[in-house]
Amino acid sequence: MGPVRAQLDATRLHFQHGPIDLVIEAAGERDAVAAAYRRAWERFQDVLGRLVEELPALRSHVDRAQGVKGPVARRMLAACLPYRDVFITPMAAVAGAVADEIIAAVSDGEGISKAYVNNGGDIALHLESGERFSVGLVSDPAHALRHGHTPALDGSFEILASQPVRGIASSGWRGRSFSLGIADSVTVLARDAAAADAAATMIANAVDVDDPAVVRRPAEELADDTDLGKLPVTVAVGRLPEHAVQCALDSGERRARVLLAEGLIACAALSLQSRVRVVDGMRGGLRAAA
Amino acid sequence: MTTRADPAAQVDAESGAPADAGPGRKIVCNACPVLCNITEGRAGACDRYANVDGRLTRVDPLLLLGRLAGSQGAVVPFLAGEPWGGKLVSDASVFVTGVGAGTTYPDYKPAPFIVASKPAGVDMVTVVTEGIFSYCSFKVKIDTDRYIGPEQANVRCEGEVVGHVTTMEYGSQMLSLGGVRHLTGGSKKEGRVTCELMMNLGNRQAVELEVEGGSKLLVQAGKAPLIDGVEENRMRVGCGSATIGIFATQWLGHVDEVIVVDDHITGVLTEHQAGRFLEMRPGGIRVIGRKSTPGRYFQVANPGSGWGGTDITDPLKIIKSIDRGEAWPGERVLMVSTTGEDHAYFVLDEALRLVPAEMPAPVKKVVERIGENCEPALCTVLFMGGAGGSLRAGVTENPVALTRSIKDLLVNVTCGGAPAYVWPGGGIMAMVDVSRMPENSFGRVPTPAIVAPIEFTMRAADYAALGGHVQRVRALEDVLATERHRIIAGDARNPWPLDGKG
Repeated sequence: MGPVRAQLDATRLHFQHGPIDLVIEAAGERDAVAAAYRRAWERFQDVLGRLVEELPALRSHVDRAQGVKGPVARRMLAACLPYRDVFITPMAAVAGAVADEIIAAVSDGEGISKAYVNNGGDIALHLESGERFSVGLVSDPAHALRHGHTPALDGSFEILASQPVRGIASSGWRGRSFSLGIADSVTVLARDAAAADAAATMIANAVDVDDPAVVRRPAEELADDTDLGKLPVTVAVGRLPEHAVQCALDSGERRARVLLAEGLIACAALSLQSRVRVVDGMRGGLRAAA
Repeated sequence: MTTRADPAAQVDAESGAPADAGPGRKIVCNACPVLCNITEGRAGACDRYANVDGRLTRVDPLLLLGRLAGSQGAVVPFLAGEPWGGKLVSDASVFVTGVGAGTTYPDYKPAPFIVASKPAGVDMVTVVTEGIFSYCSFKVKIDTDRYIGPEQANVRCEGEVVGHVTTMEYGSQMLSLGGVRHLTGGSKKEGRVTCELMMNLGNRQAVELEVEGGSKLLVQAGKAPLIDGVEENRMRVGCGSATIGIFATQWLGHVDEVIVVDDHITGVLTEHQAGRFLEMRPGGIRVIGRKSTPGRYFQVANPGSGWGGTDITDPLKIIKSIDRGEAWPGERVLMVSTTGEDHAYFVLDEALRLVPAEMPAPVKKVVERIGENCEPALCTVLFMGGAGGSLRAGVTENPVALTRSIKDLLVNVTCGGAPAYVWPGGGIMAMVDVSRMPENSFGRVPTPAIVAPIEFTMRAADYAALGGHVQRVRALEDVLATERHRIIAGDARNPWPLDGKG
C-alpha cells in the first residue's frame, strides 16, 4: 500500500502511509504553497520504505545503529546519540525525524513564510524572520474526550522566528508510544522535532516514582515488534499522593535541567495529575497555566 | 479517519488472497511496508489494522446514520468507541452505511454486513458493502456561462489527462472525470492521479484542473467555481432570449431598446416576439451574429469570460449598424448581460450615435432584479458507479436476480444513506450526489480503483426470494454490540433509507 494524501480543509494537507500520519500547512503565495506541497509529497514517497529497510538497526541501541544511511534514519540517530548512556534506540525520535525531513522539503523553495508538519503531536516548524507560531497545550486530552468535549487548553505559548526552536514534541504514558515514566505529558521545545522527540521521551521516562498506584508490564507482552523488549512500561497510574507527584516531577525536572544545560532542549513543560513544572531556557518563552 | 487507504482489509493487499492465519497465531499485516507481526487481539503499529480472530481486519469504525429526531437535527446519542450497553435500539432509527464496512474478497463471499431491521413492523434487510469500483466516474456541473474550453477537450490534473469537457447544459459547463480508461487504461501515473482526484472530488475536497486550450479551474462540490482565479458568483437567469421574455414588461415605458448579450442567444427586445407582443416601436439597432428567429442571434462574439460568456468587454463591439429609418434621436438603449453583472445605458444623439448616459433608477432596478433572480453559481458533483458486476455476488448467489429486483423497484439503493438513481437498462449503474453522502465516504485501492459505500435495502421476504445469503443476516443490535461504530446524522435532505421505495 503506497502513501496517500487528502486535503483536510482549505489549507491543510494530510499524508498517511502505514503508521505515519502527517498534517501539513504552509503559508505563502498560492503558487509557492502548491509547489511546497508538491515537494513534500515527493519527499514523502519513500520515507516509510527507507525506514523499513533499516528497521532492525533502528530498533537496536544507538551504538549498534551507527551505520544507518537513510536521511530520516540519520536524523533519528543524531537526535538519540546524546542519550547513549541510557538505553535508547533511534526509534525514540522517529516521529520528529519524519516531521523534520518533510519540513525541510516544504521550506526548500521560495515564498514560504511559515509552515508546520505535525506528525501525531511531534511538530517541525519553518519560520521566516518576523513570523511566529502559536501552540496550545493540553496535558490530559483523554479526560476531555472521555467527557465528550473538546480538550480545553491548559496553556499556550508562542514561538518566535528569533528563538532557536523549530521542533515541538510531547511524550507521556498515555501516548501512542510506551513510556517508562508516569508523566501525563512532557512537552519539549528544541532546535528540531527529532531532538524534541528524543528529549521528551527521556524526560517523560524520568518523571517517575515507585508507588503501588503505578502498574507496569514488560513492553513485549503488550505489543509486537517493540524495541523495548522486557523493559517495564507504564500501563496504568492511579491517584498518587501529593508527595509522590512532587517526587516524580522533581526527578523529571532534574533530568530536564541537565538537558537544558547541555543545550539539548530550549524548554520543557512537565505535567502529572494536574501539577505542572516548567523548565524554561528562553526566559518566559513557554507560558503554562496550572 | 480522513484517509482510508484500503478498506479491503480482509484480503492480502498484494495477492488478493485471504490473509487468514487461523486462530491464536500471529499474522503479518501487508497493508504497508512495515509488515507488522500482529498477535491475535492486538493492532499493528498504525492502529488501523488488527488481528481479530486470526484475521487481518481494518478497524476503522463502521459509520451508522441516526435518524434525525424532529427538525432539530439531533441524533440519538451514542458515544463512539464506548461498549454498547445492551439497550434495545429502535430499529427504525439507525441505518448501517457502507462507510467503513470494508469489503470481502473473493466476491462470492457474503458482503461484510447483511443487517436485519424492522421499521414499521416490516422485516427489512440491508446488504452493506464498500464497493470497489473500476467502472465509475464523476460528472461535474459548473454553473457558469464563461467559456472554459472546447467540448471534448482533455481535462488535466497534475499534467495527467483525467477526463474531458462534455456537453454544455443550461447555464452550466459540464465535465466528465475519471473512468476506467484513465484509471487503468493509461500510464501508471495517469491511473494514480486520476484515482486520487476522484477520491478527493467525492470527498468534497477542492481539486485543481486545467482544460486543454481553456481555463484553469478550482472545483469543489457545493462551492462556487474558481475559473482562472476568478470566483463565479451567479448562474445566469436564462439565455439572452429568455431574459428578454422574463423582463420585457418591466422595461416597457422605461427604455426603448434592450440588448441582452449572451454567448448562446443574444436577445434584442423590439425585434423579439416579447417586444412585438407589447407593440414596442422597432429600435433599429442591428447586432452582428447569425439571426435565429426574430430578435434572437447566435454567435455575436466568441466565447470567453466577458459579457454573458462572450469575449466582449466593450458591448458596442456587437453593434453592426443603426437603421436610420427606424432609430430616432433620444432613443434609450440598455445593454446587459444574462446575470446583470455587466450593463451599460445609452441614449442616441442627433447623429444617431450611442452615447453613454446615466442609467435611470427604474432601469437600474430591473438590472438588479436580473441579478437577484440568478441562483448562486455552484459546482455539483455526481458519482456514477457500476455495481452490476461481481459485487452482486456478495448480495446473492444469483446476481442477476438483484439486478432485476432493483429494476422492479423492490430494492432501494443508497450510497452512504444518500438516495441513488439507478440508470435504466442493463447492469446496476448508480448515480448519487456526493454532497448528500457522509464526509469522507470515498476511499481507494492501489488497483487503482475507487472505494465507495453502497447499500441495498429490501424486504426480508424479497431478499430470500432473490437468493440472498439469508443465513448471514445479522440483527442490528448484534452489529451495534460487536462492531466498532460511529453514529452521525445523515443529510437532512435524504429520505430515510429504510422507508424503502415510496
